[in-house]
Amino acid sequence: MVQVKEGTLDSKVPDGPITEKWDRRRNELKLISPTNKRKFEIIVVGTGLAGASAAASLAELGYNVKAFCIQDSPRRAHSIAAQGGINAAKNYPNDGDSIWRLFYDTVKGGDFRSREANVYRLAQVSNHIIDHCVAQGVPFAREYGGLLANRTFGGALVSRTFYCRGQTGQQLLLGAYSALMRQVHLGKVTLYPRHEMLDLIVVNGTARGIITRDLISGKLEAHTGHAVLLCTGGYGNVFYLSTNAKASNVTAAWRCHKRGAFFANPCFTQIHPTCIPVSGSYQSKLTLMSESLRNDGRVWVPKKKGDTRHPNDIPEEERDYYLERRYPAYGNMVPRDVASRAAKERCDAGYGVGSTGMAVYLDFKDALQRDGVDVIRSKYGNLFDMYLKITNENPYEVPMRIYPAVHYTMGGLWVDYHLQSTIPGLFVLGEANFSDHGANRLGASALMQGLADGYFIIPYTLGDYLAATTLEPVSPDDAAFQDGIKEAEGRLRKILDVDGTESTTSLHRQLGQIMWNHCGMARTEQGLKEARDQIRELRERFWTSVRVLGGPQTLNQSLEYAGRVADFLEFAELMVVDALHRKESCGCHFREEYQTEDNEALRDDENFCYVAAWEFHGVGEDPTLHKEPLTFQEVPLTTRSYK
Amino acid sequence: MSDTLNLTLKVWRQAGPDQPGEFRVYQLSDVSPDMSFLEMLDVLNEQLLAQGEEPVAFDHDCREGICGCCGLVINGQPHGPLRETTTCQLYMRHFKDGDTIVIEPWRAAAFPVVKDLIVDRTPLDRIIAAGGYVSVNTGQAPDGNAIPVPQEVAEKALDAAACIGCGACVAACKNASAMLFVSAKVSHLALLPQGHPERKKRVLSMVSQMDAEGFGACTNTYECEAACPEGVSITNIARLNREYFKALFA
Repeated sequence: MVQVKEGTLDSKVPDGPITEKWDRRRNELKLISPTNKRKFEIIVVGTGLAGASAAASLAELGYNVKAFCIQDSPRRAHSIAAQGGINAAKNYPNDGDSIWRLFYDTVKGGDFRSREANVYRLAQVSNHIIDHCVAQGVPFAREYGGLLANRTFGGALVSRTFYCRGQTGQQLLLGAYSALMRQVHLGKVTLYPRHEMLDLIVVNGTARGIITRDLISGKLEAHTGHAVLLCTGGYGNVFYLSTNAKASNVTAAWRCHKRGAFFANPCFTQIHPTCIPVSGSYQSKLTLMSESLRNDGRVWVPKKKGDTRHPNDIPEEERDYYLERRYPAYGNMVPRDVASRAAKERCDAGYGVGSTGMAVYLDFKDALQRDGVDVIRSKYGNLFDMYLKITNENPYEVPMRIYPAVHYTMGGLWVDYHLQSTIPGLFVLGEANFSDHGANRLGASALMQGLADGYFIIPYTLGDYLAATTLEPVSPDDAAFQDGIKEAEGRLRKILDVDGTESTTSLHRQLGQIMWNHCGMARTEQGLKEARDQIRELRERFWTSVRVLGGPQTLNQSLEYAGRVADFLEFAELMVVDALHRKESCGCHFREEYQTEDNEALRDDENFCYVAAWEFHGVGEDPTLHKEPLTFQEVPLTTRSYK
Repeated sequence: MSDTLNLTLKVWRQAGPDQPGEFRVYQLSDVSPDMSFLEMLDVLNEQLLAQGEEPVAFDHDCREGICGCCGLVINGQPHGPLRETTTCQLYMRHFKDGDTIVIEPWRAAAFPVVKDLIVDRTPLDRIIAAGGYVSVNTGQAPDGNAIPVPQEVAEKALDAAACIGCGACVAACKNASAMLFVSAKVSHLALLPQGHPERKKRVLSMVSQMDAEGFGACTNTYECEAACPEGVSITNIARLNREYFKALFA
């Protein structure tokens, strides 16, 4: 039985009207003088949008920063792969947008499972992000007059998305990366590329450092700091196949969880509706086709079951544009969770297309006729090229085939309004935290949140923590750090010593199957219970039959990978426990037992309007559930409708 | 497309930077033409693991052509035979049954081999650190629309900024020159008004760092452009030269 505690979590949300909360808090936060900032050392783990922007901004303020990433360069973090855009409430198109509307859409899009005050602050700082990125030289799309262009994304009736063709994440990350490299040049940031965080060191209850492995030499190192910022992204790769980069993992966050940081809403994982379908068993990852394509592409399946005709031979009247049919107001621009479920529903009912029947069409025929090839190419050229390269089919001539795939994780380490976890001194930014997207993230909001946290929130809240806390000096030679190194060493040794017969990839793939079947787009009590048993069994198998070659004192990609999969095998169980306990459907969390007559998610606000933050007690042990109640004062709790 | 391929792979194996390297030959059968090149290497690595031989080390991450991690010289060509395509986006349908495929790491003095097919590309980061940015601190920016940028200028800047920093241009160049990489960043920021205040200083520091890292000079053979997966044009090198001389003699 899961133990439940209430009243243990202090979200530190300021009092007062929502429009004034952040200003009020900023005025209350303690400051540190410029000369004293130099005395602090801040550890930043991860160099994606959240990590790079935080590291650069803190260094600009005068802090000494150590920035760690697992890639060979900070520029390669997975934020780089975000395609479509970044939201802001600029209202440049004069179409009725405002900070309040961006806030409203995000709360509603998250199906009322996010913290109102955080979301409002996110909408407030969104405009500053655009200003800052423009000043850095991010080449956003422009109108002929030279001013910034916008496009529409799912879950919104206004155009508030700023973009750089289909490579917005790349350009924003290169902006943050260049700011970071400037601080490296100025000596304020020390860079540790190809370093993986393997543990968090907690001294007297506060986060004081990390243990890392130098991925080239294999050397384990202890790093001390006055605070640790975790910016390590999401855990979508627990499903094996996802749109995440291959190295994206849960290890850093999971190690923090095991050291006392609560993990919030782990079962909230986003399945993105427009990805290239799975083609074979050797497949190593899935590729997203930006949601922006739904601006001009129309989603359909044949009206006849099992129709094997070529899509171009199926006449208009025999096509079912099911999103437009079911959701006339938003049509193809419904939020991601709604679009994904609708695709699954059609395919499960036997209307799917392609060789596997697990795909729907995304058709640009009408847009090409209306706007011409050149206009479509200028908007989506790189995405169409990518589709052609992967599938060998030309989307200018044949509709794309798409199917939902795991993409983003709304769950993450629990943080308060200051982005601080339940371990003082451990702050969590970007996708790695849980706070802003509730049970479903709207398109073009991930980039916004990562940069909001790094550029405009942590520079204020971190100073307050440091000013209010007395921290004893620590050294890498202290027992806490040396024990951390020994523990990490022992774990690596243990993996190598199994010397079994199964490859890590094969075990990871099996874990992915379990999660996709039972904790993916649709979940049931029975399926989740089975999944929990299967995960435990698989975890046991990992520790008796995994085979990893090579040694620990060298570059060993197999060992890195095995360590990450070992953590996924522990973490997966928590996801399932969370999904089991949440006996309602909300956003991406669809429990088949709880749905309306027309198959929409049925929330239970009476019993589940809270953040589920889990406390770790041991691998395989039941965690304790801490509830942070969610109150909605500004956006009244209503059933989400996009009809 | 369902016919599978049987391939002979000649793969560069090298235990470390100071160890001698060699080609090892592996046979791989039943390769699906719908596999990506890196998925084919995944299959090879599973096969090696089963035989008790250490898997081949290679850099990769996003596997959708944008992170710039992957990069192999395939049959003598960086990123393989397809134009404007990264290694991870190259599919096996572009090879024939019975082919021999030679797979090597980037070859350049400034990119020492770390292990097998992995090289050290940190010199590129140090070139960016030398000046590849606009010196603006968080909080200083004016409204985004306060700085209009003509559409064609923004598009041209994005063409240059599209560089993924993979280093294929260096690997393709007989002089192992990094001019295309440097010119892409210099052009991106020289084209935009935001980059103008530091225009001269930027180009001088970046070129000086490029030289210090041991990259060769440009002799206009255009191999870099042909190998670039993002189609970054050598007109950027012309712009870099112009910017450099203007800064030098101004």
